[in-house]
Amino acid sequence: MTDTASPRNERARFELARFERPSAISFLGYALGLVIIFWCLAGAGFSLEKVASSPPRFADFAARAFPPNLDPQVLTRLGWKMVETLQIAVAGAVIGVILSVPVALLAAKGLIAGPLVNQIVRTGLSFIRAVPDIAWALVFVVAVGLGPFAGMLAIVIDTIGFCGRFFADDMEATDKGPAESLTATGARKLDVVACATIPGSLPAFISTSLFALEKAVRSSTILGLVGAGGIGIELKVGFDLFDYPTAMTVILMIAVVVIGIELVSGWARTKIIGEQR
Amino acid sequence: MRDTLSSTISSVTDLLLRSPAAPDVLTEQTGAAFAPVCSVEIEARALSKTFGATPIFSDVSFRLARGEATALVGANGTGKSTLLRCLMGLIPTSGGTVHLLGQQTDKATGRQMRNIRAQVGLVSQKHNLVPRLTVLSNVLHGLLGKHPGIRHWSHSLAPQFSRETAMQALERVGLADFAHRRADRLSGGQSQRVAIARAIVGAPKVLFADEPCASLDPSAGEDVMELFFQLVRDENVTVVFTSHNIEHALKYGDRLLGLAQGRIQLDATAASLSSADLRGLYD
Ligand SMILES: Nc1ncnc2c1ncn2[C@@H]1O[C@H](COP(=O)(O)OP(=O)(O)OP(=O)(O)O)[C@@H](O)[C@H]1O
Ligand SMILES: [Mg+2]
Repeated sequence: MTDTASPRNERARFELARFERPSAISFLGYALGLVIIFWCLAGAGFSLEKVASSPPRFADFAARAFPPNLDPQVLTRLGWKMVETLQIAVAGAVIGVILSVPVALLAAKGLIAGPLVNQIVRTGLSFIRAVPDIAWALVFVVAVGLGPFAGMLAIVIDTIGFCGRFFADDMEATDKGPAESLTATGARKLDVVACATIPGSLPAFISTSLFALEKAVRSSTILGLVGAGGIGIELKVGFDLFDYPTAMTVILMIAVVVIGIELVSGWARTKIIGEQR
Repeated sequence: MRDTLSSTISSVTDLLLRSPAAPDVLTEQTGAAFAPVCSVEIEARALSKTFGATPIFSDVSFRLARGEATALVGANGTGKSTLLRCLMGLIPTSGGTVHLLGQQTDKATGRQMRNIRAQVGLVSQKHNLVPRLTVLSNVLHGLLGKHPGIRHWSHSLAPQFSRETAMQALERVGLADFAHRRADRLSGGQSQRVAIARAIVGAPKVLFADEPCASLDPSAGEDVMELFFQLVRDENVTVVFTSHNIEHALKYGDRLLGLAQGRIQLDATAASLSSADLRGLYD
């Protein structure tokens, strides 16, 4: 009897202690958290007044933007700009994915490079990801001039930062068995990677690449804001000239294309990877 | 300096052992009273292995001669697979040394190690085929040690000669009809036989087979053991296989090594043992 009672008592005491003891410290923690949040809101220029006055202004914008500009000439121009946007996205994503494979091979632990190289490459990839895509576009506009080529290069770099890291993770996570068995045949590291590690990671690579394509399409729609090609320029011009109906058309087109690409890539993912099973 | 010296010594020893003056005569009696003058292909000296703080085995020593079939037996988890991986240098040992084909594995350079492995076949317990590639590509990978490079990555790139060699290996395990099937669409027994074909395609001098019959039906199991038997008798291959099938171990092994409690508890010729002796290992 006492045997069953005493652990229960102990547990009750433990739970009481768990609720009582840290309360002073946690009170301080909550207070500090609140202070930080208010400090951030202040820094962000939060103003209730503006929140209160925004619905009428927003309604005004909506009234001026609707109906969207559906003039056939404008639609054709925007349509071709959208085609250019997708060209930038697809070209950049494909080149980026291809270049990511060797980069990932150097970044993945225990494949072909030592820990020092792994660390250096992974740090480089973190840096690439830390710089926003629009900043890369600015850099390439300076380097190669205004136009879609700068945008494509920005997408390439952005894709390497994303796929280089995730391809490396994918390869580290694949079953090591086949690689070990090929090592046992006396194969070189490069042959082992090409014959066991990469085929083993292929479904994960495809999935990651489709995400990269989605990301590239989303990025490519705003590169035009800094003159790196694509439909973004139309958005900027629309707002600068107070041509809100056209700007609204651009926003709707972007939404349709981005949602469309997500659907297509989701479908392709289940189709390709589902079939592998 | 010491590295080169000892590897020179070991290669000289190897030469001496292989020279006509020391013929490959293997007396009937192997095991405890192992004759020192004969062609030693595999030697473990005071080998030990721990995973983290968990000891798996220690003080494992044996010498296996060329053309000898050895059955490695022991209960689940006694370290048979781990021992085979240590012998091939696939995982580092925690102590002791391995000499494989006259080379001390922990002192070999990468290139030397690849050279040795190219002459050794391994059938893993888990088969370890590369999924999504064809059976034929998987078997061709067994030639990568001898023929590095892109031409042996896939059956579509392989030279005619290699493809024929791979097809012959598949025929030996009775799977020639499956050459173009994807490796992840095979039954367990089929994939096991592909793994065997991959291990023997390079005509190895030494073959390690980790439970080669575990997924096979009784008749396919007999076929595979007969194939190994044939390799030993006709091609003088040194075979080490693990098995939980006591009959196989006694019938096809010339010699038995029994692992239990982290030690070699049994090292004797098959002829001197009965199945009752082996059952003791599993208590
Ligand atoms: N990579 C690893 N890390 C940690 N422990 C391991 C590892 N591989 C194996 N072990 C442990 O080492 C022990 C020996 O495993 P091993 O696979 O060699 O046994 P085995 O004799 O081949 O068994 P079985 O008859 O089931 O195949 C087991 O207890 C296992 O859990
Ligand atoms: Mg095992």
